[in-house]
Amino acid sequence: MIPELGNFALILAMLLALIQGTLPIIGAARGIPSWIALARPAVQGQFVFIAISFGCLAYSFVSNDFSVHNVASHSNSELPLHFRFAATWGSHEGSLLLWVLLLAGWSVAVSVFSRQLPDDMVARVLGVLGLVSVGFLLFLLFTSNPFDRLLPAALDGNDLNPLLQDPGMVLHPPMLYMGYVGFSVAFAFAIAALLSGQLDAAWARWSRPWTTAAWVFLTTGIMIGSWWAYYELGWGGWWFWDAVENASFMPWLVGTALIHSLAVTEKRGSFKSWTVLLAIVAFSLSLLGTFLVRSGVLTSVHAFATDPARGIFILVYLVAIVGFSLILFAWRAPKVGLGGNFQLISRESMLLVNNVLLLVAAGSVMLGTLYPLLVDALGLGKISVGPPYFEAVFVPLMAPAIFLIGLGPIARWKQASLPSMVIRLRWAFGVSLISALIMPFFMSEWKPLVSFGLLLAFWIIASIFVNIKHRLQNSGEGGLLTKLSRQSRSYYGMHCAHLGIAVFVIGVTLVNGYETEKDVRMEIGNTVSISGYTFRFNGISNIPGPNYKAVQGDIDVLKDDKLIQKLYPEKRTYNASGMVMTEAAIDAGLFRDLYIALGEPLDNNAWVVRVYHKPFVDWIWLGCILMALGGILAVTDRRYRYGIRKKDKTEITSEILTKSNTDIKSRDIEPVILPEVRKV
Amino acid sequence: MKPRHKKIAIIASSVTALTIAAILVLNVFQSNLVFFFSPSQIAANEAPIGKSFRIGGIVEEGSLTRQGSSTTVSFAVTDTAEAIQVVYTGILPDLFKEGKGVVAQGKIADDGIFYADEVLAKHDENYMPPEAASALEQAAKAQKTSLTQ
Repeated sequence: MIPELGNFALILAMLLALIQGTLPIIGAARGIPSWIALARPAVQGQFVFIAISFGCLAYSFVSNDFSVHNVASHSNSELPLHFRFAATWGSHEGSLLLWVLLLAGWSVAVSVFSRQLPDDMVARVLGVLGLVSVGFLLFLLFTSNPFDRLLPAALDGNDLNPLLQDPGMVLHPPMLYMGYVGFSVAFAFAIAALLSGQLDAAWARWSRPWTTAAWVFLTTGIMIGSWWAYYELGWGGWWFWDAVENASFMPWLVGTALIHSLAVTEKRGSFKSWTVLLAIVAFSLSLLGTFLVRSGVLTSVHAFATDPARGIFILVYLVAIVGFSLILFAWRAPKVGLGGNFQLISRESMLLVNNVLLLVAAGSVMLGTLYPLLVDALGLGKISVGPPYFEAVFVPLMAPAIFLIGLGPIARWKQASLPSMVIRLRWAFGVSLISALIMPFFMSEWKPLVSFGLLLAFWIIASIFVNIKHRLQNSGEGGLLTKLSRQSRSYYGMHCAHLGIAVFVIGVTLVNGYETEKDVRMEIGNTVSISGYTFRFNGISNIPGPNYKAVQGDIDVLKDDKLIQKLYPEKRTYNASGMVMTEAAIDAGLFRDLYIALGEPLDNNAWVVRVYHKPFVDWIWLGCILMALGGILAVTDRRYRYGIRKKDKTEITSEILTKSNTDIKSRDIEPVILPEVRKV
Repeated sequence: MKPRHKKIAIIASSVTALTIAAILVLNVFQSNLVFFFSPSQIAANEAPIGKSFRIGGIVEEGSLTRQGSSTTVSFAVTDTAEAIQVVYTGILPDLFKEGKGVVAQGKIADDGIFYADEVLAKHDENYMPPEAASALEQAAKAQKTSLTQ
């Protein structure tokens, strides 16, 4: 009964999405207020029905209803309650239901927090979101219905893949999907702008917080995924350049380009059509990511060819959305225009170079990810592209981008003077160069690549200091604290995110430069030493788990003959599936992680054991957290919080004018007159 | 410079920059492609010696041996027609089992033994790595054609 209710709710949601995707857009084009007014209630109704549907599926999982096919293949009665709930999105069908639920959630958020936007704009944005939703709901209903019954019902379920029975995996998909789906809002804003032909600084101001929010979720999602791979896969790696990872990394790269390009559109009215194009590309890559992961094309091109319904549907949907938006773009972009002019040396041009570098990076990831699939699909043999390719491409592409992080925020808009920037930043560069050269001596040995990585990181940090100091000098009277509190949150957000990059680079550099790994055979009482730490193997014991049996190793970690930590790595065998899983034990620290994993048992109670010493590895995720935090600071900036709907056009423009004038004072840049002000 | 000239200069320089970037990327790409060979292809000497490539198939039953008490293991990878001896030092993935599919990356030496740097871990035990599946498929096809002949 409950599953049928869920299915029925899903059908109703689809019908509402159909209304939401058509009438408001037509209404906005023809100027029919009653049709425009349909957008908000349709969105909210759709959300309610999808939430009911999701609730029904979650109930089926939690209550062990093995007459539902999806539950029987992805859950088990022994599975602990919280994992049974998380198993709701552990399957293909469930994760798509989560996708549409999150899409409906974002749409409701847009409908609620868009009071300051003109009604026809809201109608178009929500309409586009409705059309996106229709596609996914049809996909769910026709090819991957999560409520399909299994008759006769199974006695017990097949269990959730043990790799997914982990808090990291419970959080990772919703976060990642929040990011993917969030870009649909940026996409909807872009399409709405193309439909109306109206794209100005105010438009950028509306769509900017949404895009940044999506980017924050995507960053967090990727971070959790990477962290999960690190502690759960037992190989101690944090990024594998696996196709599934690349699928989420491509939208991130383009999304990062998009938030920078939006900054230019908001502040200067430039890069307009470029911003729109990036929004389309970011969302298309999100769809591509969903296609790659969900169609089964990665597991095997041939499996995809034998059961093509799902893959073909997403592919057609992808081609339809990308094709339609690009045609619309080609047709309407000239009307939107590129916007204001700028000189060769200016903040705009630096952001443009940053955009191009990020896009080239995304393009090379795409090449490495899709080319092997294409070759396979054409029957030209099997090839794979490994991490060496991606690493060889990424370092030369990202190094100049990181160098620009130091330069860009200090450059003036429109026209910057290179000599004055050199004077301002020469100390920052000198200090970072010297400390980058000296620092590696304090580690085990000096390596040129480590010095180079540290130089990039220190350069970011030093230039942030210079930037803040300069900004404070030019921000009027008062003590240090008043001056600090006078700066906007988005200003701090930018620096926080850039600092995150620096921290991330330090982590990657030091881990790649100085990690040590040993695979050793250990008998009871044996010890192994790496990087000044000694591991002593005290034997193993059998530990029962809720739905698995574990063999647990008992290991003492000693430093200078003193016990500093006990570690308990496990080897688990899951009851329902019989799968074996390695559960690594980690002693995490700010400056190093000690990582130990059980390999296989050998004769007379000996085990193969893998031990790692990983200096600064946690800085990788710390950096990601700082980036996400920076995004959160930027989204909560007060200029987004106060509505400007009640004021009329002149007030809005005068507000923009005074705002930019205060910017001028504080940032020492030449007067800015926004294009729409000129029109007035 | 006139605005028009400047525009042309900007476009020309960005096209050049993009071309250089594309050439560099494609160059690196080409030199990092890892090809796949099935045991039959290796037996027919189609695989390059001294260059890294991937091998896939099934771990032959009863072929897994450990060299003394070290972490070095050796096993045979078969596509049912031919079998290739593989040597690997390190921890095997959890899902490595005799009679199950496997993919390994490494180099073949003059002695005809494949020295693997990496044995790939897969996330599901019912799942056959695509390379392994295709090796079996090819061998089955080859057998069928030789039978009909």
